[in-house]
Amino acid sequence: MPEGIWIKIPTTGDTVHRRDLEENFWVDQKSGYHFKIGSKEYFHLLFDMHQYELRFEDILPVDSLKFKDRKKYSDRLEVTQKKTRLTDACRVATGTLKKREVVIAAMDFSFIGGSMGSVVGERLYQAIRLAGETKAPLIIISQSGGARMMESVLSLMQLAKTSAGLAELEEKGVPYISILTNPTTGGVTASFAMLGDIQIAEPGALIGFAGPRVIRQTIGRDLPEGFQTAEYLLEHGFIDMIVPRMQLKNKLGRILSMLDVNEPS
Amino acid sequence: MQYLDFEKPIADLEEKIEELRQISVDDEVLRPEIERLRKKADQLRASIFSNLTRWQRIQLARHPGRPYTLDYIERITDDFIELHGDRYYGDDKAIVGGLCRINGRAVMLMGQQKGRDTKARQYRNFGMANPEGYRKAYRLMKLAEKFGIPVVTLLDTPGAYPGLEAEQRGQAEAIAKNLKMMATLKVPIVTIVIGEGASGGAIGIGMGNEIYMMENTWYSVISPESCSSILWKTWDYKEQAAEALKPTAKDLLELDIIDGIIEEPLGGAHRDMDAAAAALKTTIVKSLDRLLKLDAPELVSQRIEKYASMGVWAQG
Repeated sequence: MPEGIWIKIPTTGDTVHRRDLEENFWVDQKSGYHFKIGSKEYFHLLFDMHQYELRFEDILPVDSLKFKDRKKYSDRLEVTQKKTRLTDACRVATGTLKKREVVIAAMDFSFIGGSMGSVVGERLYQAIRLAGETKAPLIIISQSGGARMMESVLSLMQLAKTSAGLAELEEKGVPYISILTNPTTGGVTASFAMLGDIQIAEPGALIGFAGPRVIRQTIGRDLPEGFQTAEYLLEHGFIDMIVPRMQLKNKLGRILSMLDVNEPS
Repeated sequence: MQYLDFEKPIADLEEKIEELRQISVDDEVLRPEIERLRKKADQLRASIFSNLTRWQRIQLARHPGRPYTLDYIERITDDFIELHGDRYYGDDKAIVGGLCRINGRAVMLMGQQKGRDTKARQYRNFGMANPEGYRKAYRLMKLAEKFGIPVVTLLDTPGAYPGLEAEQRGQAEAIAKNLKMMATLKVPIVTIVIGEGASGGAIGIGMGNEIYMMENTWYSVISPESCSSILWKTWDYKEQAAEALKPTAKDLLELDIIDGIIEEPLGGAHRDMDAAAAALKTTIVKSLDRLLKLDAPELVSQRIEKYASMGVWAQG
Protein backbone atom coordinates (compact mmCIF):
# COMPACT_ATOMS: atom_id res chain seq x y z
CA MET A 1 0.00 0.00 0.00
CA PRO A 2 1.26 3.48 -0.79
CA GLU A 3 2.38 5.88 1.90
CA GLY A 4 1.11 9.35 2.75
CA ILE A 5 -2.21 10.95 3.64
CA TRP A 6 -3.34 11.89 0.15
CA ILE A 7 -3.12 9.05 -2.28
CA LYS A 8 -3.19 9.18 -6.03
CA ILE A 9 -5.30 6.68 -7.93
CA PRO A 10 -3.02 5.34 -10.69
CA THR A 11 -5.78 4.86 -13.27
CA THR A 12 -7.62 8.16 -12.92
CA GLY A 13 -5.07 10.50 -11.36
CA ASP A 14 -7.60 11.50 -8.69
CA THR A 15 -6.38 12.11 -5.17
CA VAL A 16 -8.16 10.37 -2.32
CA HIS A 17 -7.76 10.61 1.44
CA ARG A 18 -6.02 7.66 3.01
CA ARG A 19 -8.86 7.14 5.49
CA ASP A 20 -11.37 6.65 2.68
CA LEU A 21 -9.21 3.92 1.22
CA GLU A 22 -8.50 2.24 4.53
CA GLU A 23 -12.18 2.06 5.36
CA ASN A 24 -12.82 0.34 2.06
CA PHE A 25 -9.98 -2.16 2.16
CA TRP A 26 -8.00 -0.05 -0.28
CA VAL A 27 -10.57 0.10 -3.04
CA ASP A 28 -11.23 3.50 -4.60
CA GLN A 29 -14.99 3.98 -4.37
CA LYS A 30 -15.22 6.16 -7.43
CA SER A 31 -13.18 4.21 -9.96
CA GLY A 32 -13.19 0.77 -8.35
CA TYR A 33 -9.40 0.66 -8.49
CA HIS A 34 -8.03 -2.05 -6.20
CA PHE A 35 -4.74 -1.27 -4.46
CA LYS A 36 -2.61 -4.23 -3.43
CA ILE A 37 -3.22 -5.30 0.15
CA GLY A 38 -1.38 -7.89 2.20
CA SER A 39 -2.22 -11.06 4.10
CA LYS A 40 -3.11 -9.10 7.23
CA GLU A 41 -5.76 -7.06 5.40
CA TYR A 42 -7.21 -10.12 3.72
CA PHE A 43 -7.45 -11.94 7.03
CA HIS A 44 -9.26 -8.91 8.48
CA LEU A 45 -11.52 -8.77 5.48
CA LEU A 46 -12.51 -12.43 5.52
CA PHE A 47 -12.43 -13.86 9.04
CA ASP A 48 -15.44 -13.31 11.28
CA MET A 49 -14.87 -10.64 13.94
CA HIS A 50 -11.32 -10.27 12.53
CA GLN A 51 -10.44 -13.30 14.63
CA TYR A 52 -8.00 -15.87 13.34
CA GLU A 53 -5.10 -18.02 14.38
CA LEU A 54 -1.84 -17.90 12.44
CA ARG A 55 -0.41 -21.29 11.57
CA PHE A 56 2.94 -22.66 10.49
CA GLU A 57 4.81 -19.46 11.37
CA ASP A 58 7.60 -21.68 12.69
CA ILE A 59 8.53 -22.65 9.13
CA LEU A 60 11.26 -20.15 8.31
CA PRO A 61 13.41 -19.34 5.29
CA VAL A 62 17.10 -20.22 5.00
CA ASP A 63 19.64 -19.39 2.33
CA SER A 64 20.46 -23.00 1.55
CA LEU A 65 22.20 -22.27 -1.77
CA LYS A 66 24.30 -19.38 -0.41
CA PHE A 67 22.80 -17.38 -3.25
CA LYS A 68 24.37 -14.08 -4.11
CA ASP A 69 23.51 -11.60 -6.82
CA ARG A 70 24.22 -7.96 -6.15
CA LYS A 71 23.10 -8.76 -2.61
CA LYS A 72 23.31 -11.90 -0.56
CA TYR A 73 19.97 -13.70 -0.29
CA SER A 74 20.52 -14.06 3.46
CA ASP A 75 20.84 -10.26 3.76
CA ARG A 76 17.82 -9.75 1.54
CA LEU A 77 15.79 -12.03 3.79
CA GLU A 78 16.87 -10.25 6.94
CA VAL A 79 16.17 -6.76 5.58
CA THR A 80 12.81 -7.80 4.14
CA GLN A 81 11.75 -9.47 7.36
CA LYS A 82 12.54 -6.32 9.33
CA LYS A 83 10.86 -4.03 6.82
CA THR A 84 7.68 -6.06 6.35
CA ARG A 85 7.50 -7.71 9.77
CA LEU A 86 6.66 -10.87 7.91
CA THR A 87 8.72 -14.05 7.97
CA ASP A 88 8.06 -15.00 4.34
CA ALA A 89 5.75 -14.30 1.41
CA CYS A 90 2.78 -16.38 2.55
CA ARG A 91 0.84 -16.64 5.79
CA VAL A 92 -1.69 -19.26 6.77
CA ALA A 93 -4.53 -18.75 9.23
CA THR A 94 -7.55 -20.65 10.48
CA GLY A 95 -10.82 -19.26 11.74
CA THR A 96 -14.40 -18.92 10.60
CA LEU A 97 -15.84 -17.20 7.54
CA LYS A 98 -19.61 -16.69 7.82
CA LYS A 99 -19.44 -19.10 10.76
CA ARG A 100 -17.79 -21.82 8.71
CA GLU A 101 -14.33 -23.18 9.62
CA VAL A 102 -11.86 -22.35 6.86
CA VAL A 103 -8.14 -22.45 6.18
CA ILE A 104 -6.94 -19.30 4.43
CA ALA A 105 -3.48 -18.80 2.96
CA ALA A 106 -2.64 -15.32 1.70
CA MET A 107 0.50 -14.16 -0.06
CA ASP A 108 2.32 -10.88 0.50
CA PHE A 109 3.76 -9.13 -2.54
CA SER A 110 5.79 -6.90 -0.24
CA PHE A 111 7.97 -9.89 0.65
CA ILE A 112 10.40 -10.31 -2.30
CA GLY A 113 7.60 -9.86 -4.83
CA GLY A 114 5.43 -12.52 -3.22
CA SER A 115 7.84 -15.07 -4.61
CA MET A 116 7.46 -18.76 -3.84
CA GLY A 117 10.43 -20.53 -2.33
CA SER A 118 10.66 -23.47 0.05
CA VAL A 119 8.78 -21.73 2.88
CA VAL A 120 5.82 -20.62 0.78
CA GLY A 121 5.66 -24.14 -0.67
CA GLU A 122 5.85 -25.85 2.70
CA ARG A 123 3.36 -23.52 4.40
CA LEU A 124 0.92 -24.01 1.54
CA TYR A 125 1.47 -27.75 1.59
CA GLN A 126 0.75 -27.80 5.33
CA ALA A 127 -2.31 -25.58 4.80
CA ILE A 128 -3.61 -28.01 2.18
CA ARG A 129 -2.96 -30.96 4.49
CA LEU A 130 -4.71 -29.19 7.35
CA ALA A 131 -7.74 -28.47 5.17
CA GLY A 132 -7.82 -32.14 4.22
CA GLU A 133 -7.52 -33.38 7.79
CA THR A 134 -10.08 -30.98 9.28
CA LYS A 135 -12.33 -31.00 6.20
CA ALA A 136 -12.29 -27.21 6.35
CA PRO A 137 -12.54 -25.48 2.95
CA LEU A 138 -9.29 -24.05 1.65
CA ILE A 139 -8.94 -20.53 0.30
CA ILE A 140 -5.64 -19.39 -1.19
CA ILE A 141 -5.18 -15.72 -2.09
CA SER A 142 -2.38 -15.42 -4.62
CA GLN A 143 -0.25 -12.37 -5.22
CA SER A 144 3.12 -13.20 -6.66
CA GLY A 145 5.70 -12.51 -9.32
CA GLY A 146 6.37 -16.26 -9.47
CA ALA A 147 8.92 -18.66 -8.08
CA ARG A 148 11.81 -17.29 -6.01
CA MET A 149 15.01 -17.19 -8.06
CA MET A 150 17.27 -17.22 -5.02
CA GLU A 151 16.22 -20.78 -4.23
CA SER A 152 16.61 -21.91 -7.83
CA VAL A 153 15.48 -25.48 -8.43
CA LEU A 154 14.12 -25.78 -4.89
CA SER A 155 11.60 -23.07 -5.79
CA LEU A 156 10.72 -24.83 -9.02
CA MET A 157 9.94 -28.01 -7.10
CA GLN A 158 7.36 -26.11 -5.04
CA LEU A 159 5.15 -26.04 -8.14
CA ALA A 160 5.09 -29.82 -8.04
CA LYS A 161 4.79 -29.94 -4.26
CA THR A 162 1.77 -27.64 -3.94
CA SER A 163 0.06 -29.31 -6.91
CA ALA A 164 0.67 -32.74 -5.37
CA GLY A 165 -0.94 -31.49 -2.16
CA LEU A 166 -3.98 -30.33 -4.09
CA ALA A 167 -4.20 -33.66 -5.90
CA GLU A 168 -4.46 -35.34 -2.50
CA LEU A 169 -7.07 -32.82 -1.34
CA GLU A 170 -9.09 -33.53 -4.47
CA GLU A 171 -9.70 -37.09 -3.30
CA LYS A 172 -11.00 -35.84 0.06
CA GLY A 173 -13.77 -33.75 -1.44
CA VAL A 174 -12.77 -30.58 0.38
CA PRO A 175 -13.46 -27.36 -1.57
CA TYR A 176 -10.53 -25.26 -2.69
CA ILE A 177 -11.20 -21.70 -3.81
CA SER A 178 -8.38 -19.86 -5.53
CA ILE A 179 -8.40 -16.07 -5.46
CA LEU A 180 -6.12 -14.30 -7.90
CA THR A 181 -5.09 -10.77 -7.06
CA ASN A 182 -2.79 -8.28 -8.70
CA PRO A 183 -0.36 -9.60 -9.82
CA THR A 184 -0.37 -13.39 -10.10
CA THR A 185 2.24 -14.63 -12.56
CA GLY A 186 4.88 -17.25 -13.22
CA GLY A 187 5.22 -20.41 -11.20
CA VAL A 188 2.38 -19.53 -8.85
CA THR A 189 -0.07 -19.27 -11.74
CA ALA A 190 1.41 -22.43 -13.24
CA SER A 191 0.58 -24.40 -10.11
CA PHE A 192 -1.86 -23.96 -7.21
CA ALA A 193 -3.34 -20.61 -8.31
CA MET A 194 -4.88 -22.18 -11.42
CA LEU A 195 -6.11 -25.32 -9.68
CA GLY A 196 -9.09 -24.04 -7.71
CA ASP A 197 -12.45 -25.77 -7.81
CA ILE A 198 -13.68 -22.21 -8.13
CA GLN A 199 -11.44 -19.51 -9.63
CA ILE A 200 -12.08 -15.94 -8.51
CA ALA A 201 -10.11 -12.83 -9.49
CA GLU A 202 -10.12 -9.26 -8.27
CA PRO A 203 -11.05 -6.61 -10.86
CA GLY A 204 -8.16 -5.46 -13.02
CA ALA A 205 -5.69 -7.99 -11.61
CA LEU A 206 -2.78 -8.95 -13.87
CA ILE A 207 -2.79 -12.73 -14.23
CA GLY A 208 -0.53 -14.72 -16.51
CA PHE A 209 2.26 -17.20 -16.97
CA ALA A 210 4.90 -15.01 -18.61
CA GLY A 211 5.11 -11.35 -17.70
CA PRO A 212 3.97 -8.72 -20.25
CA ARG A 213 7.55 -7.44 -20.77
CA VAL A 214 8.84 -10.88 -21.73
CA ILE A 215 5.92 -11.50 -24.08
CA ARG A 216 6.41 -8.12 -25.74
CA GLN A 217 10.08 -8.97 -26.28
CA THR A 218 9.21 -12.40 -27.68
CA ILE A 219 6.60 -11.34 -30.19
CA GLY A 220 8.14 -7.96 -31.00
CA ARG A 221 4.94 -5.96 -30.88
CA ASP A 222 2.72 -4.22 -28.36
CA LEU A 223 0.19 -6.21 -26.41
CA PRO A 224 -3.54 -5.62 -26.85
CA GLU A 225 -5.37 -3.40 -24.39
CA GLY A 226 -6.42 -5.33 -21.33
CA PHE A 227 -4.24 -8.36 -22.13
CA GLN A 228 -3.72 -10.68 -19.12
CA THR A 229 -6.21 -8.84 -16.93
CA ALA A 230 -8.83 -10.59 -14.83
CA GLU A 231 -11.43 -9.49 -17.39
CA TYR A 232 -9.36 -11.04 -20.20
CA LEU A 233 -9.09 -14.34 -18.34
CA LEU A 234 -12.83 -14.38 -17.70
CA GLU A 235 -13.45 -13.80 -21.39
CA HIS A 236 -11.07 -16.65 -22.32
CA GLY A 237 -12.58 -19.08 -19.88
CA PHE A 238 -9.89 -19.39 -17.22
CA ILE A 239 -11.73 -17.96 -14.22
CA ASP A 240 -15.27 -18.33 -12.95
CA MET A 241 -15.89 -14.78 -11.83
CA ILE A 242 -14.50 -11.40 -10.96
CA VAL A 243 -15.46 -10.25 -7.49
CA PRO A 244 -14.77 -6.77 -6.10
CA ARG A 245 -12.98 -6.94 -2.79
CA MET A 246 -15.86 -5.56 -0.74
CA GLN A 247 -18.14 -8.34 -1.96
CA LEU A 248 -15.59 -11.12 -1.56
CA LYS A 249 -16.60 -12.35 1.88
CA ASN A 250 -20.29 -12.56 1.03
CA LYS A 251 -19.58 -14.33 -2.23
CA LEU A 252 -17.28 -16.85 -0.55
CA GLY A 253 -19.91 -17.45 2.13
CA ARG A 254 -22.56 -18.18 -0.50
CA ILE A 255 -20.29 -20.50 -2.48
CA LEU A 256 -19.13 -22.42 0.57
CA SER A 257 -22.69 -22.82 1.84
CA MET A 258 -23.38 -24.81 -1.32
CA LEU A 259 -20.09 -26.70 -1.66
CA ASP A 260 -19.15 -27.40 1.91
CA VAL A 261 -20.86 -30.37 3.52
CA ASN A 262 -20.01 -29.13 7.02
CA GLU A 263 -22.70 -27.27 8.91
CA PRO A 264 -21.74 -23.77 10.08
CA SER A 265 -20.62 -23.74 13.70
CA MET B 1 31.92 -30.61 -35.40
CA GLN B 2 31.33 -27.28 -33.75
CA TYR B 3 33.66 -26.36 -30.90
CA LEU B 4 32.71 -24.17 -27.96
CA ASP B 5 35.00 -21.32 -26.86
CA PHE B 6 36.53 -23.26 -24.01
CA GLU B 7 37.29 -26.17 -26.35
CA LYS B 8 39.53 -24.01 -28.53
CA PRO B 9 42.85 -25.50 -27.33
CA ILE B 10 41.53 -28.97 -28.23
CA ALA B 11 40.30 -27.73 -31.59
CA ASP B 12 43.70 -26.18 -32.34
CA LEU B 13 45.47 -29.44 -31.57
CA GLU B 14 43.09 -31.49 -33.65
CA GLU B 15 43.54 -29.13 -36.53
CA LYS B 16 47.29 -29.59 -36.30
CA ILE B 17 46.92 -33.37 -36.23
CA GLU B 18 44.72 -33.20 -39.28
CA GLU B 19 47.29 -31.06 -41.11
CA LEU B 20 50.07 -33.53 -40.34
CA ARG B 21 47.90 -36.44 -41.35
CA GLN B 22 47.23 -34.85 -44.71
CA ILE B 23 50.91 -34.36 -45.44
CA SER B 24 51.38 -38.11 -45.52
CA VAL B 25 49.53 -40.92 -43.83
CA ASP B 26 52.35 -43.44 -44.08
CA ASP B 27 55.22 -41.22 -43.16
CA GLU B 28 57.26 -43.09 -40.55
CA VAL B 29 58.73 -39.85 -39.27
CA LEU B 30 55.41 -38.13 -38.69
CA ARG B 31 53.49 -41.03 -37.23
CA PRO B 32 55.05 -40.84 -33.73
CA GLU B 33 54.47 -37.10 -33.74
CA ILE B 34 50.82 -37.56 -34.67
CA GLU B 35 50.47 -40.19 -31.95
CA ARG B 36 52.06 -37.84 -29.45
CA LEU B 37 49.70 -35.00 -30.37
CA ARG B 38 46.70 -37.26 -30.27
CA LYS B 39 47.56 -38.35 -26.76
CA LYS B 40 48.07 -34.74 -25.81
CA ALA B 41 44.66 -33.83 -27.22
CA ASP B 42 43.03 -36.62 -25.22
CA GLN B 43 44.73 -35.47 -22.06
CA LEU B 44 43.78 -31.90 -22.74
CA ARG B 45 40.15 -32.86 -23.30
CA ALA B 46 40.07 -34.92 -20.13
CA SER B 47 41.59 -32.06 -18.18
CA ILE B 48 39.28 -29.37 -19.61
CA PHE B 49 36.17 -31.49 -19.11
CA SER B 50 37.02 -32.41 -15.56
CA ASN B 51 37.03 -28.73 -14.61
CA LEU B 52 34.02 -27.23 -16.36
CA THR B 53 32.36 -24.18 -14.89
CA ARG B 54 28.60 -24.17 -14.55
CA TRP B 55 28.29 -21.77 -17.46
CA GLN B 56 30.37 -24.10 -19.64
CA ARG B 57 28.06 -27.00 -18.77
CA ILE B 58 25.12 -24.86 -19.81
CA GLN B 59 26.79 -24.20 -23.15
CA LEU B 60 27.20 -27.95 -23.60
CA ALA B 61 23.54 -28.49 -22.71
CA ARG B 62 22.69 -26.10 -25.54
CA HIS B 63 25.23 -27.43 -28.02
CA PRO B 64 23.56 -27.47 -31.46
CA GLY B 65 24.96 -30.93 -32.15
CA ARG B 66 23.54 -32.42 -28.98
CA PRO B 67 21.13 -35.34 -29.28
CA TYR B 68 17.49 -34.29 -28.96
CA THR B 69 14.46 -36.34 -27.96
CA LEU B 70 13.95 -37.87 -31.42
CA ASP B 71 17.66 -38.75 -31.66
CA TYR B 72 17.33 -40.74 -28.47
CA ILE B 73 14.01 -42.26 -29.51
CA GLU B 74 15.66 -43.49 -32.69
CA ARG B 75 18.43 -45.13 -30.69
CA ILE B 76 16.71 -46.53 -27.60
CA THR B 77 13.34 -47.77 -28.88
CA ASP B 78 12.55 -50.87 -30.88
CA ASP B 79 9.34 -49.49 -32.28
CA PHE B 80 8.03 -45.97 -32.00
CA ILE B 81 4.52 -44.95 -32.95
CA GLU B 82 4.14 -41.21 -32.65
CA LEU B 83 0.80 -39.92 -31.36
CA HIS B 84 -0.36 -36.44 -32.22
CA GLY B 85 -2.60 -33.69 -30.94
CA ASP B 86 -4.29 -32.51 -27.78
CA ARG B 87 -7.85 -33.02 -29.12
CA TYR B 88 -8.72 -29.39 -28.30
CA TYR B 89 -6.64 -27.11 -30.45
CA GLY B 90 -3.74 -28.62 -32.36
CA ASP B 91 -0.57 -30.64 -32.44
CA ASP B 92 2.38 -29.00 -30.76
CA LYS B 93 5.63 -29.74 -32.58
CA ALA B 94 7.71 -28.72 -29.57
CA ILE B 95 6.60 -31.80 -27.64
CA VAL B 96 6.73 -35.20 -29.32
CA GLY B 97 5.43 -38.40 -27.84
CA GLY B 98 4.08 -41.81 -28.51
CA LEU B 99 4.06 -45.50 -27.81
CA CYS B 100 7.27 -47.44 -28.10
CA ARG B 101 9.12 -50.49 -26.93
CA ILE B 102 12.27 -50.27 -24.88
CA ASN B 103 13.92 -53.66 -24.40
CA GLY B 104 10.65 -55.23 -25.48
CA ARG B 105 8.57 -53.43 -22.88
CA ALA B 106 5.79 -51.04 -23.99
CA VAL B 107 6.47 -47.48 -22.81
CA MET B 108 4.77 -44.10 -23.35
CA LEU B 109 7.69 -41.85 -24.23
CA MET B 110 7.60 -38.10 -24.70
CA GLY B 111 9.82 -35.06 -24.57
CA GLN B 112 10.41 -31.55 -25.79
CA GLN B 113 11.95 -31.44 -29.24
CA LYS B 114 14.36 -28.85 -30.61
CA GLY B 115 15.39 -28.49 -34.25
CA ARG B 116 18.91 -28.66 -35.62
CA ASP B 117 18.76 -26.24 -38.57
CA THR B 118 16.98 -22.91 -38.91
CA LYS B 119 13.92 -24.40 -40.52
CA ALA B 120 13.62 -27.23 -38.04
CA ARG B 121 14.21 -24.88 -35.13
CA GLN B 122 11.26 -22.77 -36.21
CA TYR B 123 9.13 -25.84 -36.86
CA ARG B 124 9.85 -27.05 -33.32
CA ASN B 125 9.50 -23.52 -31.91
CA PHE B 126 12.98 -23.92 -30.37
CA GLY B 127 11.60 -26.58 -28.04
CA MET B 128 9.21 -24.13 -26.40
CA ALA B 129 5.79 -25.70 -26.06
CA ASN B 130 2.42 -23.99 -26.17
CA PRO B 131 -0.51 -25.10 -24.00
CA GLU B 132 -1.49 -27.73 -26.56
CA GLY B 133 1.90 -29.39 -26.05
CA TYR B 134 1.24 -29.78 -22.34
CA ARG B 135 -2.31 -30.94 -23.05
CA LYS B 136 -1.00 -33.52 -25.52
CA ALA B 137 1.35 -34.78 -22.82
CA TYR B 138 -1.61 -34.90 -20.41
CA ARG B 139 -3.59 -36.99 -22.85
CA LEU B 140 -0.73 -39.40 -23.51
CA MET B 141 -0.04 -39.91 -19.81
CA LYS B 142 -3.70 -40.66 -19.07
CA LEU B 143 -3.70 -43.04 -22.02
CA ALA B 144 -0.66 -44.78 -20.58
CA GLU B 145 -2.39 -45.03 -17.20
CA LYS B 146 -5.48 -46.57 -18.77
CA PHE B 147 -3.44 -49.38 -20.28
CA GLY B 148 -0.95 -49.77 -17.44
CA ILE B 149 2.00 -48.57 -19.50
CA PRO B 150 4.89 -46.75 -17.77
CA VAL B 151 5.73 -43.19 -18.79
CA VAL B 152 9.18 -41.84 -19.64
CA THR B 153 9.65 -38.10 -20.17
CA LEU B 154 12.73 -36.38 -21.59
CA LEU B 155 13.20 -32.72 -20.68
CA ASP B 156 14.91 -30.32 -23.07
CA THR B 157 13.42 -26.86 -23.23
CA PRO B 158 14.50 -23.24 -22.79
CA GLY B 159 11.04 -22.72 -21.29
CA ALA B 160 7.34 -22.84 -22.05
CA TYR B 161 6.60 -20.43 -24.92
CA PRO B 162 6.00 -16.90 -23.62
CA GLY B 163 3.70 -15.84 -26.45
CA LEU B 164 0.43 -13.97 -26.72
CA GLU B 165 -1.62 -16.94 -27.94
CA ALA B 166 0.00 -19.19 -25.34
CA GLU B 167 -1.39 -16.92 -22.64
CA GLN B 168 -4.74 -16.72 -24.37
CA ARG B 169 -5.04 -20.50 -24.42
CA GLY B 170 -3.93 -20.88 -20.81
CA GLN B 171 -0.24 -21.74 -20.63
CA ALA B 172 -0.23 -21.59 -16.84
CA GLU B 173 -3.41 -23.63 -16.51
CA ALA B 174 -2.08 -26.32 -18.83
CA ILE B 175 1.13 -26.73 -16.81
CA ALA B 176 -0.69 -26.63 -13.48
CA LYS B 177 -3.16 -29.30 -14.58
CA ASN B 178 -0.29 -31.53 -15.67
CA LEU B 179 1.42 -31.23 -12.30
CA LYS B 180 -1.73 -32.16 -10.43
CA MET B 181 -2.45 -35.04 -12.79
CA MET B 182 1.10 -36.43 -12.68
CA ALA B 183 1.05 -36.43 -8.87
CA THR B 184 -1.53 -39.19 -8.81
CA LEU B 185 -0.82 -41.02 -12.06
CA LYS B 186 -1.11 -44.75 -11.36
CA VAL B 187 1.80 -45.84 -13.55
CA PRO B 188 5.55 -45.20 -13.11
CA ILE B 189 6.99 -41.94 -14.45
CA VAL B 190 10.71 -41.72 -15.14
CA THR B 191 12.06 -38.27 -16.02
CA ILE B 192 15.44 -37.48 -17.54
CA VAL B 193 16.83 -34.02 -18.27
CA ILE B 194 18.66 -34.49 -21.59
CA GLY B 195 19.49 -30.83 -22.30
CA GLU B 196 17.87 -27.76 -20.82
CA GLY B 197 15.42 -28.00 -17.95
CA ALA B 198 14.07 -24.49 -17.80
CA SER B 199 11.47 -23.87 -15.18
CA GLY B 200 7.74 -24.55 -15.44
CA GLY B 201 8.04 -25.47 -19.08
CA ALA B 202 10.28 -28.39 -18.10
CA ILE B 203 8.60 -29.65 -14.95
CA GLY B 204 5.26 -29.42 -16.76
CA ILE B 205 6.03 -32.91 -18.09
CA GLY B 206 8.61 -33.86 -15.49
CA MET B 207 7.15 -35.12 -12.21
CA GLY B 208 8.92 -38.45 -12.25
CA ASN B 209 9.00 -41.07 -9.50
CA GLU B 210 12.67 -40.96 -10.35
CA ILE B 211 14.49 -38.03 -11.96
CA TYR B 212 17.85 -38.25 -13.70
CA MET B 213 20.05 -35.74 -15.46
CA MET B 214 22.52 -36.30 -18.22
CA GLU B 215 25.95 -35.13 -17.12
CA ASN B 216 26.06 -31.89 -19.15
CA THR B 217 22.57 -30.52 -18.58
CA TRP B 218 20.93 -27.92 -16.39
CA TYR B 219 17.66 -27.67 -14.48
CA SER B 220 16.54 -24.53 -12.71
CA VAL B 221 13.70 -22.13 -12.06
CA ILE B 222 15.12 -19.62 -14.54
CA SER B 223 17.86 -19.37 -17.17
CA PRO B 224 21.07 -17.61 -16.11
CA GLU B 225 20.43 -14.92 -18.74
CA SER B 226 16.96 -14.05 -17.45
CA CYS B 227 18.18 -14.26 -13.87
CA SER B 228 20.94 -11.80 -14.71
CA SER B 229 18.51 -9.43 -16.40
CA ILE B 230 16.18 -9.40 -13.39
CA LEU B 231 18.62 -9.43 -10.47
CA TRP B 232 21.53 -7.53 -12.01
CA LYS B 233 19.32 -5.47 -14.37
CA THR B 234 21.59 -6.38 -17.29
CA TRP B 235 22.23 -9.48 -19.38
CA ASP B 236 25.96 -9.36 -18.66
CA TYR B 237 26.07 -11.43 -15.49
CA LYS B 238 24.96 -14.77 -16.90
CA GLU B 239 28.11 -16.54 -15.73
CA GLN B 240 27.68 -15.29 -12.17
CA ALA B 241 23.98 -16.14 -12.32
CA ALA B 242 24.86 -19.65 -13.49
CA GLU B 243 27.15 -20.07 -10.48
CA ALA B 244 24.51 -18.68 -8.09
CA LEU B 245 21.67 -20.82 -9.44
CA LYS B 246 23.62 -24.09 -9.03
CA PRO B 247 21.70 -25.71 -11.89
CA THR B 248 24.02 -28.55 -12.97
CA ALA B 249 23.48 -32.27 -12.53
CA LYS B 250 26.10 -32.40 -9.80
CA ASP B 251 24.38 -29.54 -7.95
CA LEU B 252 20.98 -31.17 -8.11
CA LEU B 253 22.34 -34.50 -6.92
CA GLU B 254 23.89 -32.73 -3.94
CA LEU B 255 20.58 -30.97 -3.30
CA ASP B 256 18.88 -34.37 -3.30
CA ILE B 257 16.51 -33.33 -6.08
CA ILE B 258 17.60 -35.96 -8.60
CA ASP B 259 18.23 -39.68 -8.27
CA GLY B 260 21.32 -39.91 -10.41
CA ILE B 261 23.58 -38.55 -13.11
CA ILE B 262 23.93 -40.29 -16.46
CA GLU B 263 27.54 -40.05 -17.62
CA GLU B 264 28.13 -38.72 -21.11
CA PRO B 265 30.97 -39.59 -23.49
CA LEU B 266 34.05 -37.41 -22.95
CA GLY B 267 33.46 -34.06 -24.62
CA GLY B 268 29.67 -34.31 -24.35
CA ALA B 269 26.75 -36.37 -25.66
CA HIS B 270 27.12 -34.91 -29.16
CA ARG B 271 30.60 -36.50 -29.51
CA ASP B 272 29.06 -39.96 -29.50
CA MET B 273 25.27 -40.04 -29.69
CA ASP B 274 25.12 -43.83 -29.69
CA ALA B 275 27.11 -44.09 -26.48
CA ALA B 276 25.02 -41.36 -24.85
CA ALA B 277 21.82 -43.12 -25.90
CA ALA B 278 23.08 -46.45 -24.59
CA ALA B 279 23.78 -44.90 -21.20
CA LEU B 280 20.33 -43.30 -21.16
CA LYS B 281 18.68 -46.58 -22.08
CA THR B 282 20.46 -48.47 -19.31
CA THR B 283 19.22 -45.95 -16.75
CA ILE B 284 15.63 -46.05 -18.05
CA VAL B 285 15.51 -49.85 -18.06
CA LYS B 286 16.90 -50.15 -14.54
CA SER B 287 14.58 -47.45 -13.24
CA LEU B 288 11.52 -49.10 -14.77
CA ASP B 289 12.58 -52.50 -13.42
CA ARG B 290 12.60 -50.97 -9.96
CA LEU B 291 9.39 -48.93 -10.25
CA LEU B 292 7.34 -51.68 -11.88
CA LYS B 293 7.69 -53.72 -8.69
CA LEU B 294 5.50 -51.10 -6.96
CA ASP B 295 1.71 -51.23 -7.22
CA ALA B 296 -0.36 -48.16 -8.13
CA PRO B 297 -0.97 -46.84 -4.56
CA GLU B 298 2.72 -47.30 -3.75
CA LEU B 299 3.76 -45.43 -6.88
CA VAL B 300 1.44 -42.53 -6.11
CA SER B 301 2.47 -42.23 -2.47
CA GLN B 302 6.17 -42.53 -3.35
CA ARG B 303 5.75 -39.71 -5.85
CA ILE B 304 3.74 -37.45 -3.57
CA GLU B 305 6.13 -37.98 -0.67
CA LYS B 306 9.09 -37.28 -2.93
CA TYR B 307 7.79 -33.87 -3.96
CA ALA B 308 6.29 -33.05 -0.56
CA SER B 309 9.73 -33.41 1.00
CA MET B 310 11.38 -31.00 -1.44
CA GLY B 311 12.54 -27.64 -0.16
CA VAL B 312 14.84 -26.44 2.59
CA TRP B 313 13.60 -24.43 5.55
CA ALA B 314 14.31 -23.91 9.23
CA GLN B 315 11.97 -24.96 11.99
CA GLY B 316 11.83 -21.96 14.32
